[in-house]
Amino acid sequence: MKRKTAWNGIIFVILCILVAAFLAPILFVLMNSFKGRLYISNAPFALPTQDTFSGLANYINGVEKTGFFSAFGWSAFITVFSVLAILLFTSMTAYYLTRVNNGVTNGLYYMYVFSMIVPFQMVMFTMSKLANIFKLNNPPGMVLLYLGFGAGLAVFMFCGFIKSIPLEIEEAAMIDGCNPLQTFFRVVMPILKPTAITVAILNAMWIWNDYLLPYLVIGLSTPYKTIPVAVQYLIGSYGSKDMGAMMALLVLSVIPIIVFYLACQKYIIEGVVAGAVKG
Amino acid sequence: MQKTLRRYFPIFILPTLIAFAFAFILPFAMGVYLSFCKFKTITNAQFTGIDNYVKIFADRDFINAFWFTIKVSVLSILTINIFAFILALALTRRIRGTNLFRTVFFMPNLIGGIILGYIWQQMINAVLLQFETTLVANATYGFWGLIILMNWQMIGYMMIIYIAGLQNVPTDLLEAAQIDGATGWQALTRVKIPLVMPSITICLFLTVSNSFKLFDQNLALTAGAPSKRTAMLALDIYNTFYGRMGYEGVGQAKAVLFFIAVAAIALTQLAMTRRKEVEA
Repeated sequence: MKRKTAWNGIIFVILCILVAAFLAPILFVLMNSFKGRLYISNAPFALPTQDTFSGLANYINGVEKTGFFSAFGWSAFITVFSVLAILLFTSMTAYYLTRVNNGVTNGLYYMYVFSMIVPFQMVMFTMSKLANIFKLNNPPGMVLLYLGFGAGLAVFMFCGFIKSIPLEIEEAAMIDGCNPLQTFFRVVMPILKPTAITVAILNAMWIWNDYLLPYLVIGLSTPYKTIPVAVQYLIGSYGSKDMGAMMALLVLSVIPIIVFYLACQKYIIEGVVAGAVKG
Repeated sequence: MQKTLRRYFPIFILPTLIAFAFAFILPFAMGVYLSFCKFKTITNAQFTGIDNYVKIFADRDFINAFWFTIKVSVLSILTINIFAFILALALTRRIRGTNLFRTVFFMPNLIGGIILGYIWQQMINAVLLQFETTLVANATYGFWGLIILMNWQMIGYMMIIYIAGLQNVPTDLLEAAQIDGATGWQALTRVKIPLVMPSITICLFLTVSNSFKLFDQNLALTAGAPSKRTAMLALDIYNTFYGRMGYEGVGQAKAVLFFIAVAAIALTQLAMTRRKEVEA
């Protein structure tokens, strides 16, 4: 037993060092975001001193150049409404596909599953051109595209869960006079909650961080930039010139994610594990 | 019950199906067709047979991107899974602060690829500045940069899955092994690893497909510099579409091959590792 506690002590120390290593890049960016932009490239690892400390200048600069708050708003808009649309519509689809068994529903189910293994590069060019033709190059259009592209995984996960719900519950509801819509919303949907949380978290993480789809569909020259697009826009066009604004913008982009993570860590970790196991 | 539900087809099926048609079915079908065409916009395509596919194999950038992707994938799959498994073993020993460690190790996984890529670009450039060089000076730096970045991002994720697997190993089996005189190493290789094989399947599958399809991180970290030598396949396809006039068809053909490769990897690996799973 003594050997085991000694081992645990050593492991504890190693883990502490690893924690420091894991946090280093974020702390590095945070530290430099408070330094004058010229000092960042000269001595990137030096702590800010009285001479090099620039207060919030970098933040003001970065926010102005990219319209960060507008990007935050559009990111939030697209993420929230896409996730809601995915939850509502794919759970309904999954319910229908599981409970009605015929050639059409089987075919549709396999199409949704198939779409999960298709990489985005396969459809990105045609999808973005179609989006232009059909005027989907705006935030509501993005919600539609995310619903379509996220449908595969969501339908697959909901179907897996609905199969395990005993049919008797729904039959009882039907006998009590519910039509299929009432049965679904009053009886089935509440049971789906655990899977719905998983689906919501997986999709929220993906949509919030997604870069290529909003970039290709909405582009740089519109007011609808999301956060990843705004970051790429600032760095792509100002690049090495304004390191300060860049550091500040990176910090601002990470903060919402960390806040969200710390607030619902339990659900996120459970959701990610469940998603990985089923996906 | 089926009969009444069947009449509700438009409400239950159509909204998702319409979105799915715009986002996936139409683009996918057109993509397959256009890979056999020469086109600038999708409305003026001209059928050219397998011309685009022939051009791919004369494209040195593509061949280079292919080998670079293989190298990055193999090394990162090994390192990520080994480190993640070791961390999972360490965090299932009931050490003080386990929850805090888990929280920190998992966090990078939530940060998006673009932001992550730029954070590491800054960090690595600052280190290389001490040696008066930069990340884009040499393709080797870009290679190791990607490996470090992917480890940083994915170790925590895989670690969580391994922890879940290890916690499901029945303690009576481990006790039985101990009574039979198994050493710690034997308990690990003969009991724990066979029993967490399902988790290993999942993690291998996830790391393979994540690294093979990597794009955002690659774009942000080096964007392929110097001279496209650190471009992975997804970035090469993107560059072919949007960086070279008249090569849209070739880009689409590359995308089709990429899709076939991704699908093949996913299916073979699932089939291969499923066989090794052991019932507890």
